[in-house]
Amino acid sequence: MNQEDDALVLGDHAYTSRLLLGTGKFASADVMARAVAASGVQIVTVALRRFDRDRPDDALLTPLLAMEGVTLMPNTSGARNAEEAIQAARIARELCGSRLVKVEIHPNPRHLMPDPIETYEAARVLAADGWLVMPYIPPDPVLAKRLEEVGCASVMPLGAAIGSGQGLASAELLKIIVREACIPVIVDAGLRAPSQAAAALEMGCDAVLVNTAVADAGDPPAMAAAFAQAVAAGRSARRAGLMPVGQEAQASSPLTTFLQGGERV
Amino acid sequence: MKILLNGEPYETVARFVSELIAEQAPAVRVAAVVNDRVVPAAEQATTALAEGDRVELLTFAGGG
Repeated sequence: MNQEDDALVLGDHAYTSRLLLGTGKFASADVMARAVAASGVQIVTVALRRFDRDRPDDALLTPLLAMEGVTLMPNTSGARNAEEAIQAARIARELCGSRLVKVEIHPNPRHLMPDPIETYEAARVLAADGWLVMPYIPPDPVLAKRLEEVGCASVMPLGAAIGSGQGLASAELLKIIVREACIPVIVDAGLRAPSQAAAALEMGCDAVLVNTAVADAGDPPAMAAAFAQAVAAGRSARRAGLMPVGQEAQASSPLTTFLQGGERV
Repeated sequence: MKILLNGEPYETVARFVSELIAEQAPAVRVAAVVNDRVVPAAEQATTALAEGDRVELLTFAGGG
């Protein structure tokens, strides 16, 4: 099947890549840019931070803006409530003009679990204001549906805690979210291995967002490319239709006992 | 005049937001927030600073 007619649609934009990449934790802007290029991702997340003229590592944006076909998705990380997240979105729009925003509100730095109440409120206000809202949420099918109803462009339930590498710990809940959702479901956070990304796509998730899995890999650009391959394979498998799980063995070769000259059993 | 820049006391001769940004000479694009109001780029040259203003200059950093 042609990838061109299987786009990930967010609002009025269509993307051929179903991998989204975060830009945190990379050893340098150069390694980050090479990972973006190697994976062919079309959406990368960025965070807001106070400008500090004594820190020369602010050049993150320069290589990203030079890349053809890469859209910035600012996140609202650091916001502790809906009001701060909405303000962060407005500041980010001043910087890049993007209507895409990843609403991310996690008030507790120890577990980084998203606050569903503040996230819902921020998403509701921003969606009504015309933003393409991509909320980072706990794997809660009811919350996901409520966010769809207020006009979010996608929902981004977690696979496991941010940066934990525990994989698809939320798999059974993700399946319910996928079954009920009419907007894209993007697994965000917790993935460690490309096989987990493939599994997410096979179970019907529309895309995955990874950051630490790539940034902390031995060779980040190579790992980014591996994730891109896994996501493509998982999507192709989903579209192809997986065989049903059986209760017992089903021979795939003819069971004729010709070596003994006997009859077919 | 004394303002609060990114949470720290700061002495500046800048009269407008655009002059404050020029004083900082950022190599990257920055967004300005004055007393919790996001100042659009087109208004930075006409938005005057006052004693005690709380100014935030923000930029993008890596994040997931």
